[in-house]
Amino acid sequence: MGAVVGTLTMQTKQRRPSRDKADDDLEMTMVCHRPEGLDQLEAQTNFSKRELQVLYRGFKNECPSGVVNEETFKQIYSQFFPHGDASTYAHYLFNAFDAAHSGSIKFEDFVTALSILLRGTVTEKLQWTFNLYDINRDGYINKEEMTDIVRAIYDMMGKYTYPVLKTDAPKQHVDAFFQKMDKNRDGVVTLDEFILSCQEDENIMRSLQLFENVI
Amino acid sequence: MATGVAAWLPFARAAAIGWMPVANCPMPVAPRDNSKRQDELIILNVSGRRFQTWRTTLDRYPDTLLGSSEKDFFYNEETKEYFFDRDPDAFRSILNFYRTGKLHYPRHECISAYDEELTFFGIIPEIIGDCCYEEYKDRKRENLERLQDDQEENKDMKLPNMNFRETMWRAFENPHTSTMALVFYYVTGFFIAISVITNVVETVPCGSTANQKDMPCGERYTVAFFCMDTACVMIFTVEYLLRLFAAPSRYRFMRSVMSIIDVVAILPYYIGLVMTNNEDVSGAFVTLRVFRVFRIFKFSRHSQGLRILGYTLKSCASELGFLLFSLTMAIIIFATVMFYAEKGSSSSKFTSIPASFWYTIVTMTTLGYGDMVPKTIAGKIFGSICSLSGVLVIALPVPVIVSNFSRIYHQNQRADKRRAQKVKKARLARIRIAKSGSASAFLLSKRNGVLNELLELKGTDEDEQKLTRSTCLIESQHHHLLHCLEKTTAHEFVDEQMYEQNCLETALQTFPSRSPTISSHDSSVGTCCGCRIKRNTPLPNASTPSTHPIPTHQGPLQELSAIHIQCADPPSQTTTRSNLNLKTDDSSRINCKGGRITTAIISLPTPPALTPDGDGLHGPPQRRPPPAPGLPAAPSIQTTTSSASTNIVKVSAL
Repeated sequence: MGAVVGTLTMQTKQRRPSRDKADDDLEMTMVCHRPEGLDQLEAQTNFSKRELQVLYRGFKNECPSGVVNEETFKQIYSQFFPHGDASTYAHYLFNAFDAAHSGSIKFEDFVTALSILLRGTVTEKLQWTFNLYDINRDGYINKEEMTDIVRAIYDMMGKYTYPVLKTDAPKQHVDAFFQKMDKNRDGVVTLDEFILSCQEDENIMRSLQLFENVI
Repeated sequence: MATGVAAWLPFARAAAIGWMPVANCPMPVAPRDNSKRQDELIILNVSGRRFQTWRTTLDRYPDTLLGSSEKDFFYNEETKEYFFDRDPDAFRSILNFYRTGKLHYPRHECISAYDEELTFFGIIPEIIGDCCYEEYKDRKRENLERLQDDQEENKDMKLPNMNFRETMWRAFENPHTSTMALVFYYVTGFFIAISVITNVVETVPCGSTANQKDMPCGERYTVAFFCMDTACVMIFTVEYLLRLFAAPSRYRFMRSVMSIIDVVAILPYYIGLVMTNNEDVSGAFVTLRVFRVFRIFKFSRHSQGLRILGYTLKSCASELGFLLFSLTMAIIIFATVMFYAEKGSSSSKFTSIPASFWYTIVTMTTLGYGDMVPKTIAGKIFGSICSLSGVLVIALPVPVIVSNFSRIYHQNQRADKRRAQKVKKARLARIRIAKSGSASAFLLSKRNGVLNELLELKGTDEDEQKLTRSTCLIESQHHHLLHCLEKTTAHEFVDEQMYEQNCLETALQTFPSRSPTISSHDSSVGTCCGCRIKRNTPLPNASTPSTHPIPTHQGPLQELSAIHIQCADPPSQTTTRSNLNLKTDDSSRINCKGGRITTAIISLPTPPALTPDGDGLHGPPQRRPPPAPGLPAAPSIQTTTSSASTNIVKVSAL
C-alpha cells in the first residue's frame, strides 16, 4: 500500500519539473522590442507616416513581440505560396532582410528593406537584389549561390506544374543567367557586372518598377 | 490564401523583386488599386455595445459576414454604424478572431448559443484554435448525447411499427422497455444465480451416511441436483435460442462474446447427456463440468460495471502483458540463481530450475509458504534479494496498470473520445479544403482571369470591373504575385489531375517524330509567350487600348519579336521530344474566332515557321476549349493531332 502511494506521489512530482522548464523557456522568448519613433523612421525611409502606421499595425499583429524570427518569417511567407515549399527562399529573404545578422528582424529592418524595394532607386533595388543572391556576402555571386537561389524559387512552384519540372531546370536557368550577367566570363558576377547587365535588359528594368504602387 | 496575413502581402510582393533578374520573361501587369480608400474605422454596434475596428481587419476574411458585403444589410445610415441585434459577449470572441486570426471558445458560453453566433457570422467552427478545440468538441458531444438521450426516451414512449422480432430484440437489450422484458430479465438472473449456487453446493460434503467418508452433496442427492441442472440448462437454452432468433444479424450475434459464454455454459450438460454411457471418458466429462462456472459470466448482461471491467482489462492487455513478462524474467533469473546456490546442500528441495520456480514465485509475491526454504548461506542471501526485488517488480507495473485502468474507464464513459480521431481528421480535412481553396483559387482565377481582362480591355463595364476589383483586390494582388512566380520559372501551376495526365502523356509519348531543334523554339514560344499573349493581346478591332496602360505592351508585333528574341536566347528552354506535344498544346490554346491561323504546332523543321507562328499568335485570346482536330491550318503549318488533340481539350481547362 505504501508502495502504491509512493509511486503515485512520484508520478505527480514528475510533472512539475518539466513544467518549470517550459516556463523558463517561455520567459526567455518573451522579448519585446519597440521600434524607434515614427518621426525617425519617416526620416530614414521613403514612407509617409500613414504608411508606416499601416505597416506597423500589420507587423505587430503577426508578431506581437515586435521581432520576427526565422520560423515565423518562413510561416508567413509560406502562406502566400500554398503550392510549393517556400521555406528555402524565405530563408534567403530572411538573411537579406536581417542586415545586422541578429537572427531576428525588427521593424526597422523590415521597413528599411521595404523602403528600398518599393521606393528606392533602381540602383538601390539592384544592390539589394545582389545582396540577396550573394549568400555568403563575399561580394561575388558564383554559380553555386545562384543555383541555390534559383532552386529555392523553383521549389515554390511545387510539384504540380505545367510543363513538368525537370531536375536540371534550375541549372539551365542559372546557366542562362550567367550567360547574360557574367561579362568577363570569370565565373562570378560582381555588383557592377550585375547592375550593368540588368540595366541593359529592358524587361528587368520594367519589372523592377512593377511593385511601386504596392502600398 | 490565409487572409490572416493579408497585411504582409505588400512585403511578399516587394520581395518578389528578388526574382526579377532571374526571370527571362516579362512580368504581368500588377492589378491596380482603384479604390484609394484610406483605412477607416468601422463601428459595430452589437445590441448597444460599440466595437470599433479597422476596415482592413474585417476584410481579412472575405467569406464571412463581416468581411463581405453582407454586412451592408446591417448598416444604419443615420448613425453610420453597423447594428447587429446579437449577444455582445459572444461577439467579443468573434471580433477577436478577425483581430488575431484565432477563434477561441469561451468556456462559460453555452455551446448551442455559441454555435448559433458562429453560424450567423459565417465562421466555421473548425477554425477554433487548438487551445479551445477539445473543450468545444467535448461540450458539443455532451450536448448531442443529451439530445439523443431525450430523443431515445421519447422513442421508447411511442413504439413505431416494429415486427415481433425487433420487439423481442429490443426487449432483450433494454429490459426496462416492457414488463415482460423485465420479468424475463429477473427470471434469467435468478436462474443464473441458482445454477451457480448449485454448482458450488454440489461439492460440499453433506454429512456422512453409513459409508466411511463424507460424500459431497452432489453424489448424495444426485437426482435432485440433476433436475436442478436440467431446469437451469433448459432455461438457458431457451433464452439463447430466443436471442438467436431475435438478433438482427445472427452471424454477428453468434460471434459476440456473450453468446460464446452462453454456449460454453450449456454445452457441458449436453455433452454429458451424450456421454453418460461411456465410462472411459467420464474423467474427461468431469473436467467439462468446470466450464459450468462460466455461467457466472452471464451476469455481465445484468451488470454494466462488469462489462466495463471486462473491456478495460482487455484494453489494458499490453500493460498486463508487460507485467507478466517482467515477472517471468525475474522468476527465471532468480530460480536459476537459487538452483545453483542450493545445488550443494543435501536433501535440497531445489531439485531443478522449474522446481525453483515455485519458490521464486512464492517469495517474490511475499507469500512465503515455507514449503521450500534455502539452507545454504548463498541461497539465503539470494533468497532475501529475491524477496526484496519481488516487491519492486510487482509494485512497479501495478500503478501503471491502475492509472491506465482509470484512464480507460473515464475514456469509456465518454466513448466518443475514440471517435474524436475521426472527427479530428474530418476537421483537418475541412481546414485543408478551405486552405487548398486558396491554391485552387489561383487556378480558378486563371481560368476566369482572361474574362476579367477582356472586360477591362473592352472598357465597357467600368463599374463591373471596379466592383470585381474592389471586392477581391487582395486576391488579385496575390494572384498577380503567383503569376510573377510562374513567369520567373517559366512554368505554370496546374492542379493534381492535370499533372497526372501530363505525366501519363509524357510517359506515353515515346516516338521521336519531331526534331529537337524545333522544340526549343517552340517551347519558348509556348511557355513564355503563350500565356502572356493570351492575356494581353488586344482584340483585333481595337487599337492599342488606352484604358489598359500596360507599360510593357507596345505593339503586338514588336512585342512578339522582342519576345522571340528574348526567349530564343536562353538555351535553357530545351525540352524533350515528348514534351513537344505538351508545349504545342499550350500554344494551341491561342485560338481565334473565325478563320484565322490558330495553332502553332509546327511539324516542319524550318525556323521560318516561327514567323507564321507569330502571326498566328495575333489572334485574340479565347478561353473556350479549342476545337481539337478542327484547327484551320496555315499553308505552311500542319497541325499534329495525334494524342495531343485529346490533350488540348483537357489542358485548356486550366
